[in-house]
Amino acid sequence: MVVAESKPIEEILAMVADFDKILLTGCKGCVTVCNAGGQKEVGILASALKIARKKEGREIEIEEITLERQCDPEYIDQLEEPIANDKYEAVVSMACSVGPQYIAKRYEDMLVFPALNTTFIGGSLEHGVWAEFCQACGSCGIHNFGTLCPIARCAKSLLNGPCGGSAGGKCEISPEIDCVWHLIYERMSRLGQVDKMANVVMFKDWTTSRDGGPRKIVREDLKQ
Amino acid sequence: MKAGSHLEKMFAAGHFAVTGEMGPPRGADAGHIHEKAKYLKGMVESVNVTDNQTAVVRMASMAVCRLLLDMGIEPNLQMVCRDRNRLAIQADLLGAAALGIKNVLCLSGDHQKFGDHPQAKNVFDIDSMQLIATCKKLRDEGKLINDHECEGVPQYFIGAAVNPFADPFDFRVTRLAKKIEAGVDFLQTQCIYNMEKFRTYMQQAYDQGLTEKCYIMAGITPLKSVGMARYMQKFVPGLEVTEDFIERLKGVDKKKQGDEGIKMAIEQIQEVKEIKGVAGVHVMAIEWEERVEEIVTGAGLLPRPEIS
Repeated sequence: MVVAESKPIEEILAMVADFDKILLTGCKGCVTVCNAGGQKEVGILASALKIARKKEGREIEIEEITLERQCDPEYIDQLEEPIANDKYEAVVSMACSVGPQYIAKRYEDMLVFPALNTTFIGGSLEHGVWAEFCQACGSCGIHNFGTLCPIARCAKSLLNGPCGGSAGGKCEISPEIDCVWHLIYERMSRLGQVDKMANVVMFKDWTTSRDGGPRKIVREDLKQ
Repeated sequence: MKAGSHLEKMFAAGHFAVTGEMGPPRGADAGHIHEKAKYLKGMVESVNVTDNQTAVVRMASMAVCRLLLDMGIEPNLQMVCRDRNRLAIQADLLGAAALGIKNVLCLSGDHQKFGDHPQAKNVFDIDSMQLIATCKKLRDEGKLINDHECEGVPQYFIGAAVNPFADPFDFRVTRLAKKIEAGVDFLQTQCIYNMEKFRTYMQQAYDQGLTEKCYIMAGITPLKSVGMARYMQKFVPGLEVTEDFIERLKGVDKKKQGDEGIKMAIEQIQEVKEIKGVAGVHVMAIEWEERVEEIVTGAGLLPRPEIS
């Protein structure tokens, strides 16, 4: 899933400093799963903003709404009614950054702000802990690396084994980060495939990654 | 001869080779380079010029390499994959050859997290293994990565680094073998402060016939003090400093620790010289170039053999 986290409350307060009526929109997709922008977090952020503004002596009116998804135009329709009556000065989206862009595209005259920092494609390790697993290079080859991704999980995206900074199974940039090449080595050893690691992996073609420009998928079989 | 560099000729003639290292200044002062480099002239076959080492911005390695050539010192151009994509790397490699640089050292590069621009975007379009392969392809096939033929084929004596002390240890010799397969001609190791592990590593490399396929230079960095040794032990990932090094430094007066470090470096050189497959030493006297002569002399490696 797309993993995101809340921006600091001060940053969000600064974004809405000029407004007295805002629409706060959550998303029931990835950001609900990673506890960053679902219905519950919308409620928490709305309360926090109201309390902070009350302290400033300038109360703010916030309507809360959580959409099925913000990355699909059909669900953005759910904002039609609250936005149509011109009641709100701005929309604050608690989806990944796709959400605010979709809302801004639909409502060209509306100011739209992101309440989250979209961080990575990943998964949870334990309750309250998430980590990056994929960099969306667009050409998956993890099966060649013990089904672990060195592009996303090696700090240098190395393709030919651990650098000289791998120590005790940890990455040189932080003792909190596993050296993925150490994990790859252990797994390949377990699978009896360590011989495969002796082959030099040549240049990666990054055209399928962001380096090829913003990406788009067209599925003719699904288009109407 | 691959490139006919002085370093390559020394190896080819069967001499135990010595290389040195210097870091360019954090500014545009060419005088600084002359000052440091003069201590290395005549002491070593060639001098590694670091490339934004520890991810700190410094004068371009290639420019300093050319300045060394002007001083009559052969440079080893260090090149990291952190700061350049394949376009820039190949452009720089071609430019280096045109400037008369014959030795290239291919490295991944320290992560910028610990450098002076941690906010930078890193590149890592290709890795050190692929950088070796790039140099080899340019030299042996006269072609760029995209198979385009070069007008004017560059000649390099291709080097890289290996770290016998990083983990997982069992993979380290395989990684060395991969560098040979990718096309490396010589290798310099990380600084050695665990002689037993280095011996084991070299034995494995020797047993696999790898020491016949490239020249391996043992990395030697003299310790200046107990503080430096402890710092390296605790804070440099992938570096091992066994307690005997620290104990020995502790055994002398604080003012004498530097001298003791030099003595230890000399003894280390004498030790590694006896290890099968070690073809030379790479002396990295960090900000201590003026003591290189003492080390090389002490190790009985001066004068350097004359070679045409």
